[in-house]
Formats: sequence, C-alpha cells, structure tokens
Amino acid sequence: MELKIVNLHASVEGRQILRGVNLTVREGEIHTLMGPNGSGKSTLAAVIMGHPKYTVDEGDILLDGESIVDLSPDQRARKGLFLAFQYPVEISGVTLANFLRRAYINMKYGGDADKSKISVPEFQKLLKEKIEMLKLDPSIARRYLNEGFSGGEKKRCEVLQMAILSPRIAILDETDSGLDIDGVKIVAEGVKTIAASTGMGALVITHYQRILNYLKPDVVHVMYGGKVVETGGYELAQLLEEKGYSIIEQRYGPVSG
Amino acid sequence: MAGETKLEIDYSKYDFKDPELYVYKSKPGLSEKVVEEISQHKDEPEWLRKFRLKSLEIFYRKPMPIWGADLSGVDFDRIHYYIKPSDRKARSWDDVPEYIKRTFERLGIPEAERKFLAGVGAQYESEVVYHNLQRELEKKGVIFVDPDTAFREYADIFKPYFGKVVPPDDNKFAALNSAVFSGGSFIYVPEGVEIQYPLQAYFRINAANVGQFERTLIIAEPYSRVHYIEGCTAPIYSTSSLHTAVVEIVAKKGAYVRYTTLQNWSSDVYNLVTKRAHAYEEATVEWVDANIGSKVTMKYPSVYLLGRGAKADILSVAFAGRGQHQDTGAKAVHLAPDTTSRITSKSVCKDGGRTSYRGLLHVAKGAKRVKSSVRCDALILDDISRTDTYPYNEINEEDTTATHEATVGKIGEEQLFYLMSRGLSEQEALNMIVLGFLEPFTKTLPMEYAVEFNRLIELEMSGSVG
Repeated sequence: MELKIVNLHASVEGRQILRGVNLTVREGEIHTLMGPNGSGKSTLAAVIMGHPKYTVDEGDILLDGESIVDLSPDQRARKGLFLAFQYPVEISGVTLANFLRRAYINMKYGGDADKSKISVPEFQKLLKEKIEMLKLDPSIARRYLNEGFSGGEKKRCEVLQMAILSPRIAILDETDSGLDIDGVKIVAEGVKTIAASTGMGALVITHYQRILNYLKPDVVHVMYGGKVVETGGYELAQLLEEKGYSIIEQRYGPVSG
Repeated sequence: MAGETKLEIDYSKYDFKDPELYVYKSKPGLSEKVVEEISQHKDEPEWLRKFRLKSLEIFYRKPMPIWGADLSGVDFDRIHYYIKPSDRKARSWDDVPEYIKRTFERLGIPEAERKFLAGVGAQYESEVVYHNLQRELEKKGVIFVDPDTAFREYADIFKPYFGKVVPPDDNKFAALNSAVFSGGSFIYVPEGVEIQYPLQAYFRINAANVGQFERTLIIAEPYSRVHYIEGCTAPIYSTSSLHTAVVEIVAKKGAYVRYTTLQNWSSDVYNLVTKRAHAYEEATVEWVDANIGSKVTMKYPSVYLLGRGAKADILSVAFAGRGQHQDTGAKAVHLAPDTTSRITSKSVCKDGGRTSYRGLLHVAKGAKRVKSSVRCDALILDDISRTDTYPYNEINEEDTTATHEATVGKIGEEQLFYLMSRGLSEQEALNMIVLGFLEPFTKTLPMEYAVEFNRLIELEMSGSVG
C-alpha cells in the first residue's frame, strides 16, 4: 500500500494550515516527520485520518492511487490507515477490551460483521499477548478507555491498539512526547516489531530527535510553515539535533500569518 | 453507512397485540361503582372495600399536580380501570391461557425463570396470571404472591404494613392506586433468609386505554436479603394508557433490599408511580430505576432512613426520545443519625425529548452525622432536546456532609473522531459512548438484563445519525 499526499492544502475555521504538503509513505517504510511547533504536523495527521474540523481546500490524499478525502474516518480506517493520537480521548464506561474487540471485528470482517466472529476468550488471548509486548499492566484491558490512564499508559495504549488492529500504514502523532526514556524505547520497539512482522508502513511525527535513535527511520521529513521543506536520511535528523530548528527558519524565512 | 442497518432491532418483539379474550372488562371511567366491582370480583373483606372507597374520595379531592410533567393528556374518563384476563392464577405456565402464555414466551419470561430467577410473577392487564417461587425458598418461609392471595392467606403478615409506607393521601396517584389497585407482588422474607437469585415480576398491558394499577409490598425481616426486578412493556396505540403503581418496602434491621426497574412502556403510556422504602437500623435499600419508555414518567423512588446507620443507594436512569418526558429522580429522607444516602442520576435525551432530575435531600433535626452525595449527569444528543435539574435540600443538622455534582454534556466531536478512526461507524461510536455513559447502571444488572438493556438503548439510538 502507498499513502500519497499531493499538494495538500487544508484549513480550519477559514485559517489555512497546510499549504501544499507532498509526501509518500509505502508499506514497510518508516518515515519520521519533524518540525517546530505550529508547523502543521498534527494537522496533517488529523487531515489524513479525516477529522471533520478540517477542510481540504486543494490537493489530494491517495491510498494506492485512490482519493480518500471524501471518506469518513471509519472508512479510512477500514482501508488500513491508523492514527495514534497525541491526546487520546477518554471514553467513560467503555472498557478497553470491549472497545478494541468491536474495532478488531470491524477491521477484520467489515462493519456488518457479527460479534461472534471472534470469541471473547480468543480475543483476550490476542490482547494479552500485545499487552505484554508493550509492558502494560494486564488490568488495563478491564479499565475504561483512557480514563484515569497515566500519560505514558495512554501513549502505549495507542501503540497497543495499533498492534491489535494491524493497519497497513500508521501515523503516530507525537507518541513519544511525555514519555520517559523507557517509554520511548518501548514505543519505538513496538513500532519496529509491528512493522517487521506485518510489513506496516509508519509516519512517525515527533518534535524530538531521541526516538529516532531507536527507530532508525528510512526517511526523515521536515515540515515548516505548512509544507514539507526537507526530506533526507538520518543525517537530516542529526543536523536538526545539532543546530535546532533555527536552521530551518534561516533557510526558509519567517512564516507568514 | 454500512454499520447503521444492523442496529435496526425489530420493535415487534414488544409491539404486538393479542385478541381480547377477557373474562371481564370494566366500562371506561371511574366511579364508586367501578371500585365496588373490583372489590367484588376479588371477594375482598369489608375493611379493604372501605379502604378503596376512602382512597377514591381522596383521589377526587386532591388536585392534579401542577409541577413536573404535563399531565393534560390523561383522560380519566376513557380509561378501563379493571380488566380480568383469566379466572385463575397459575403456578405452572401450562395452566396459563394459551395466548397469554405465548405473549410471555415472546418476552422471554419462562426462559429467564428457568435460567436464573428464584421466582416469577407475570401480570397481564389487571391480574397476575402466573406466580411461582422456588420450593426451596417456600420451605424457608419466603412468601411471593399477588395481593389477592396475600390478603386471603397471609393477612396477618401483610395487613399491618399495607398502605403504611405510602398512605393513600400521600398524593393524587397514590390515592388512585389505593382505590383501584389490582395485581402486583407481596413479598415476605423471614429473618436471616438470603435469596441468592432475583425475584422478577413482568407487567404487560395489551389493550388500548388501559389502566394498570399494581401494588407491591416487600417486607424484609432483620438480616434478610432480596433482589426484586420488574420489567414492563405494552403495544403502541394512538390513545393513552395509564400505569399508576404503588411500591412499598420495609427493610428491617440489617436487611438488604435491591429493587430494579426496567421500564419500557410504549410511547402512549403515562407512568405515574410512587415508590418508597422505610429503612431501619443498619438496613440498606437500593433503588435501581431505569426509564426508557412511556410518554410521561413521574417517579422519584425514595428512602426514609429511620434507623441509625441505614443506607440508601438510588440510581436513576432516564432516556427520552421524541415526545417523551422523563421527570424522574430520588428522595432521601434522613430521620436518624449516621445514615447515608447516595443518589446517582444519568439521563440521555434526543429528538426533542426531555429529561428532568427532581430530587429531595431532607435531613431532620437530630439526624447527626448524615452523609449524602448526589450526582446528576445528563447527556444531550442534539439541539432540540432539553434537560433540567431540580434539586431540593432541607438540611436541619449542621454536621451533615452533603455533596451535589451536576454535569450536562454533549457528545464531543473528538470522542466520535477517536472511535471512528478505529473503524467504528458514527452510529456505533454514538452507541458506544451512550452505553458507556449508562454503564454505572448496566453493571448493576444481571448479565442477561444488561444485554437486553443495551439492545434497547441501541434500538432507541438507531437513526441518530443525521
């Protein structure tokens, strides 16, 4: 599968945020997207997944050559896209296990599928395995979705969901922020393991360089002023680590309002 | 979207009508003659006949309540106050008239009884047609019968409590019930007897313009335990029916009583019910009260905490769709020291429906160290629906600890987006959020009822996506 962003312009409440993004991620590839605050990284993630708040003004998002901009978020998910949220949402009264079983059945068998497609014990086994991989407490399965989770639990739980739903291409929106170094390691290992075993492609959005040490991405992009301005290898991340984002500002000038 | 259609659950499970093969059906309208007739049909003692007639006087005297929901659609003259479907009360389903038996089979009652209930009462129109209790409980002295049987065979036990927790002059509708009551359950649990599985009553209205006026009285002797569940449904007509019940509970020292209601009347029923418990020393009374159906419901289950250390836990759930007003809530009346009450109200409204929480917390002088918490959460699914809270506090002791929290929420775009990004359709995501919101209620139910309740909510929710 190939996710291709072509000249994407998008706005929220009349304010333009994305100003011509071009980016291609294929299955099996790990990309990172870096950039200073306000450069449009999280907006890009939300627009790819179909957040209703944003309007696509120009350009296209293609999955294997087919436009998905008119599809609802669930339809995009069922085509194999996944977004790990920067701020996972709390859903009271819905246990992680129940929610994830429903989502799993939808993904695997389609939205009309009967719940009996996978039995509760069968699913519990799968869930337990992935919970162990992400070094989460087993009791998390019975807790209400993200409610009362620590920051680190929330982030790891996003990767857990990714592991269960096995998307073709995943976008991780600052999943590393707010994690301690062990957390960053677990998340990076998780992404690498899933990518290696399923051939998933990933676009890992991050503000910091440290997750790159564990991820070893194939491609590094830098976003600035609503566009991808640089694309390169690991050395690009190292350059940013040394010089900071100011070097990007120097190269591309201040962003107009 | 693909996910929507499968949520269309066939309402015909509840909306079906039987032929009226009745033994007796009173003419519409209320009068002394109708009350006398009911008493005659039941071959009642003189004191009960007088009780009914006195209650009728009170009913005539009391004005219609002008607070709460709009009751202008109640037409007392069109209601049939007494319908006797059958001449006998059966202890075996085989002795229930065939068409009525089929009705309860469609509603899943005999099956539930076989699987996980300790006893079942089934009421059809005005009379209980089936009543049964596990023999083993009978041997322990548990009584679970309809009121007629109770007055005939166990008058010494029930008469002293009857009409004492909710006297006829409590309110206009308690008076009406006291005048024309028929059917219901009388339960007696002897000291120290713990009933492990729930007892259930199911109330079915079949004909149009029916009034159903069952009466329930539960006496839990010291340190006994009982969980009683009631369910109710009716087919849909274009004219209004009336359901006016009175429920009285007496929980003696250290007793535990939970009373669960799953109210799913059709959208033409006025549901005006008085439910009250007396909780003595160290007793616990829990009302778990869910109102999904009916046109109008006015119901405020209450607990009078009469003995030191008594506890009340009231969980009220309301769901109001198009044309519905659920005016529900709870009352905790603390009349003794060291008593505690917890009131939780969860309501959902959509399509112009209206939910109101109406609650009373009363702490009497001398009721020291009372603890009370009230929490009301409302969820509004669109801009044309409405929710209100009317909490009343009368606190006469300074050392009372009382908390009150209220929230009104809408389903957030972020919540929907999050769930949809995991492959749930918008309808599924909405359902999941609403069912999660109601989870504090659902988790108190036996599993089979929880499943049924969730199905009902999904049914109410279908077509919520514009």
